[in-house]
Amino acid sequence: MSGHIILDLGLISMLLVIAFAIIRMRSLFAVVMLQGVYSLVCAAWFVSLDAVDVAFTEAAVGAGVSTVLMLAAMLLADRQSDEVSLRRQIAPIIIVIASGLMLFYAIGDMPIYGDANSPANSHVGAGYLDKTAKDIHIPNVVTAVLASYRGFDTFGETVVIFAAGLGVLLLLGLNGNAGKWQACPNGVSIGLGQSPYAQLGEDQPKVSPKAEVATNLPKEKKTIAKKTSQSKGRPRKAVPKGDVS
Amino acid sequence: MNEHGILRVVSKLLIPFIAIFAFYVQFHGDYGPGGGFQAGVILAASVILYALIFGLEAAKSAVPPSWVRFGMAMGVFLYGGTGVATWLLGGEFLNYSVFTPDHPSHGQHYGILLVELGVLLAVASVMLAIFYAFGSRPVNHPGED
Repeated sequence: MSGHIILDLGLISMLLVIAFAIIRMRSLFAVVMLQGVYSLVCAAWFVSLDAVDVAFTEAAVGAGVSTVLMLAAMLLADRQSDEVSLRRQIAPIIIVIASGLMLFYAIGDMPIYGDANSPANSHVGAGYLDKTAKDIHIPNVVTAVLASYRGFDTFGETVVIFAAGLGVLLLLGLNGNAGKWQACPNGVSIGLGQSPYAQLGEDQPKVSPKAEVATNLPKEKKTIAKKTSQSKGRPRKAVPKGDVS
Repeated sequence: MNEHGILRVVSKLLIPFIAIFAFYVQFHGDYGPGGGFQAGVILAASVILYALIFGLEAAKSAVPPSWVRFGMAMGVFLYGGTGVATWLLGGEFLNYSVFTPDHPSHGQHYGILLVELGVLLAVASVMLAIFYAFGSRPVNHPGED
């Protein structure tokens, strides 16, 4: 048992060190990577608490998918965060210390780890444990509660995930084609060439060949054609400026 | 394009096992830890790893965005459809026991299987859709990725 406590303390102190490192870092790349490490240490801690389901999710979502998404988002933004003046840090520090003290105060009311008489284990929890073997005949009570007893809640969660994906797709487009639009009202073809985006010049993203046809102005056509030839192949690899002329 | 040789070889070895592990987590969820959500995330992570090593275009030709779009809706449809099916069979919404009235627990097994499949589809597709959406954006900074 004491070995367990040493393991837990070690993992928690690692989390603390990583959290402070994240606060001190200015390079966003390192911050994103450290967030992944934080999630991985969290997952290890969940395993030590016998919450394997949560550990699975934390390792896959926190350390895997969200790190990649943060990296992808970082590619579109800055690589460095600006220095925040000390005066502006005072209010957040007061809030963090106050809420931390409140949490420490609340620890006294928490049930002991694994307590059979805790509220979570004594009311419905005990009922599910009793009934699952009789009603559903599967050993994993968690699956039974998630998919059957509380199936309606899980349906709601699935719809929430679907809605989140839908929201991102509406904003960004599945192929990153937000802003590359073409419409044909009353037989007049309007597309990227007429959109406000076209005036941005150098910052213009990859242009589809369809949008190129839609433009009528010869000057813009030339620049777009140059862009298209540059952006052939993998869009992530940037071609050095002035290579294609 | 022969950079990152070690990463390519190791990930080529690992990706099939990651994908199979996802299905293990999915279908063994009745007996061990895991279920649709975890399996979906692991499945999506295997495709994302493929995209990181071999490029987004390769991943998109392996798992086309149109499948992803279809899977998102199909997952929710499968879950909700199971509930509607139990309605039509005369039970409450998502009361799987009505699938096999003689053995209510068997019906529960089928229902849980269908519903978890829906969760797997929805979660894996949404994760991939968000990744594709972010990854396909044109990059402002020239340089490493």
